[in-house]
Amino acid sequence: MKQFFLILMLLASPVWAVQPDEILTDPALEARARVISKELRCVVCRNENIDSSNAEVARDLRLLVRERLTAGDNDEEVLSFVVARYGEYVLLKPPFSLSNALLWGMGPVALLLGLGIALVFIRRKPGALDGSLSQDEQQRLDELLGR
Amino acid sequence: MFIELGHFAIVLAFALSLVQAVVPLIGAQKNWSGWMQLASTTAVLQFLLVAFSFAAITWAFVTSDFSVLLVAENSHSLKPMLYKVSGVWGNHEGSMLLWVLILAFYGALVAWFGGNLPAPLKARVLAVQSMISAAFIGFLIFTSNPFLRLANPPLDGNDLNPMLQDPGLAFHPPFLYLGYVGLSMSFSFAIAALIEGRVDAAWARWVRPWTLLAWVTLTIGIGLGSWWAYYELGWGGWWFWDPVENASFMPWLVAAALLHSTIVVEKRETLKSWTVLLAILAFSFSLIGTFIVRSGVITSVHAFANDPERGVFILAILTVAIGGALTLFAVRASKLQSNSVFSFVSRESGLVFNNLLLVVATAVVFFGTIWPLVAEITTGRKLSVGAPFFELAFTPFMVLLVIFLPIGSILSWKRAQLGKSVKTLRSAMILAAVVGIFIWSRDTGGRMLAPVGLALATWLIAGVIVDLTSRARLGKIPLAQTLRRLRNLPRSDWGKAVAHAGLGLTIFGISAVTAWEIEDIRVVNIGDRFAVGGYEFQFNSVNRMPGKNYMADLGHVTAFKNDQIVAELYPEKRLYQVQRMPTTEAAIDTTLTRDLYVVLGDRQEDGAWAMRTYIKPFTVWMWIGVMVMSFGGLLSMTDRRYRVASTARRKLPDAVPAE
Repeated sequence: MKQFFLILMLLASPVWAVQPDEILTDPALEARARVISKELRCVVCRNENIDSSNAEVARDLRLLVRERLTAGDNDEEVLSFVVARYGEYVLLKPPFSLSNALLWGMGPVALLLGLGIALVFIRRKPGALDGSLSQDEQQRLDELLGR
Repeated sequence: MFIELGHFAIVLAFALSLVQAVVPLIGAQKNWSGWMQLASTTAVLQFLLVAFSFAAITWAFVTSDFSVLLVAENSHSLKPMLYKVSGVWGNHEGSMLLWVLILAFYGALVAWFGGNLPAPLKARVLAVQSMISAAFIGFLIFTSNPFLRLANPPLDGNDLNPMLQDPGLAFHPPFLYLGYVGLSMSFSFAIAALIEGRVDAAWARWVRPWTLLAWVTLTIGIGLGSWWAYYELGWGGWWFWDPVENASFMPWLVAAALLHSTIVVEKRETLKSWTVLLAILAFSFSLIGTFIVRSGVITSVHAFANDPERGVFILAILTVAIGGALTLFAVRASKLQSNSVFSFVSRESGLVFNNLLLVVATAVVFFGTIWPLVAEITTGRKLSVGAPFFELAFTPFMVLLVIFLPIGSILSWKRAQLGKSVKTLRSAMILAAVVGIFIWSRDTGGRMLAPVGLALATWLIAGVIVDLTSRARLGKIPLAQTLRRLRNLPRSDWGKAVAHAGLGLTIFGISAVTAWEIEDIRVVNIGDRFAVGGYEFQFNSVNRMPGKNYMADLGHVTAFKNDQIVAELYPEKRLYQVQRMPTTEAAIDTTLTRDLYVVLGDRQEDGAWAMRTYIKPFTVWMWIGVMVMSFGGLLSMTDRRYRVASTARRKLPDAVPAE
């Protein structure tokens, strides 16, 4: 439970996040900064992106992102710049790489597999679908009709 | 004294739970009715004993008895009464006691209202229920005892975390636990059915109301949690894909799958072993959720290693319960013969597809939640999986689900004609497409979220309306007859319609607020006026005000639209004195079309204040949808056939043409 409270506290300490003095004057650039910030993790927080975190390091990272953007980096370059310094850990969305293949591929593969199994299950007695009733069904029909 | 009696009562309850876990099982096997009947008596006794312990602890909180360690650590004499009571479950030990209380409560409900269950089934269900009960009371007594006393009581307590001193969060845990623990009923029924080697329509009718109850309370619990996050965390986020949230979301998804598959068992006596497996899975995810939250293992492997006692205990419960259940399933599932077949296009297939999507979506959430842990243990890589992953990996399955939902829900049983259903739904399809295209053409941002989300929401709600009106033959027969037909629809059909429409409303709220939210961050001088998204905000004042156990800076902002006052907003910053913890209280003005959301930030050196202002369109529909969904579940639960249900196995179905 202590952990839980810790999480709540971290999540919940008055979130001041992006401060007025950080905002870039170019709205298009600022919008891109916000999007990138939402994909970067505040390294001292729990499951919080730097955009909504009020930790000091998050602020530093926000300023860094804006600095790179102003310097003319594209979104990819900003992300790889930050990853090069802080490691893979800062990415809230793990990259589509071979080492993450299981993570990303699991959903679609499971769905296809499940569909296959379901299809086999549904088709298991194709003969019984010719419209005639099975013995049980006939019996039940007789019961229902009071025969 | 009271506390010691409570302690004694919980130990007695533990002993009783051990008896109840064994004796009725033997009775059911040997067909000794006395041994079977014992279960009902002990279940009620167990509930009374646990309730007494719970009352004892609650009393200690209410009277601020700081000689009790738990009270000293988590309460304070100045705390408002509501939070003194909710403080009981605002900590680890107390929340486990609540868990056990609800478990015992469900056991007692079976004893009281399970009169129409066949004696051996009832005995076995209660025995399995009591095994879970024994495990968790044992956990409570041996690792998390709430009844410990202090030799030297402090003068006053440590207070409850200020974040938790909130009405939304006061009721969040009880509802969540009603859901988590409610799934233990479906689990117990599944295990009992495996032992008996028999699942039939009657079994499904007994399981369904319990699953519905668990799902409804989980829905409310999750809704309360996200609502709390929305107004308390200060920037209007309502879902974070945090492991703790995922822990409650996974059982919800599986429970949703389960309550759909029990329909198939009930109507068509097929998908039996799958349904039993889902019931096992649903409760397994409740246990996994409890493990994740209680052990802290996901937060950090190290936190777990430093204080492993509780984590290991729950892990042991988890292993025995899930492992044992799955082993039993592997051995006995072949006994559960399904004797009806259905074609690829049929209601059954629709529900299979529903189950598949919900289960795969659950698996995605599960993998995402444990992936950092798995990666660290296996390869030593430290990585994060957060909201952007889940949004991308989870959402497509929900989109698929919603696309097929209206079609699947009107297909006829056994063998259906796809063309006919599509034709019935043509008007809903056209309406959804028109809504989507209209929004797409007006949304200059070019993002697909709003058009797709709103088209899906329209599709769901229109689909429900088309289904109801076509079944009532609106326009084809006199209106009075149509109304009578509507009135005579079984309540579970109304439940289905209402719950599906609720999902549509929630999707509408989520899409609208995500796509169209406007945010403004700035420094404002007192007396200044600023414009955000068609509204003007006048910052009037900030005053220091004392609260009962905190100090507040209370701001006053007036919102205008076209120079008319539309709202007076009072955003607050609080400092709770005992724990020296600051919190923000956003000021929110809610209407059906938008929320105005104002947060007071830090005071700047020149006396101005930082301020965040949001216009959040249609947010409230998210929670209206949640309430409507829950209401739909309740409607289904009170369907006549679950009450008269099961007077005897294999009775003829009700005369009402239940679909």
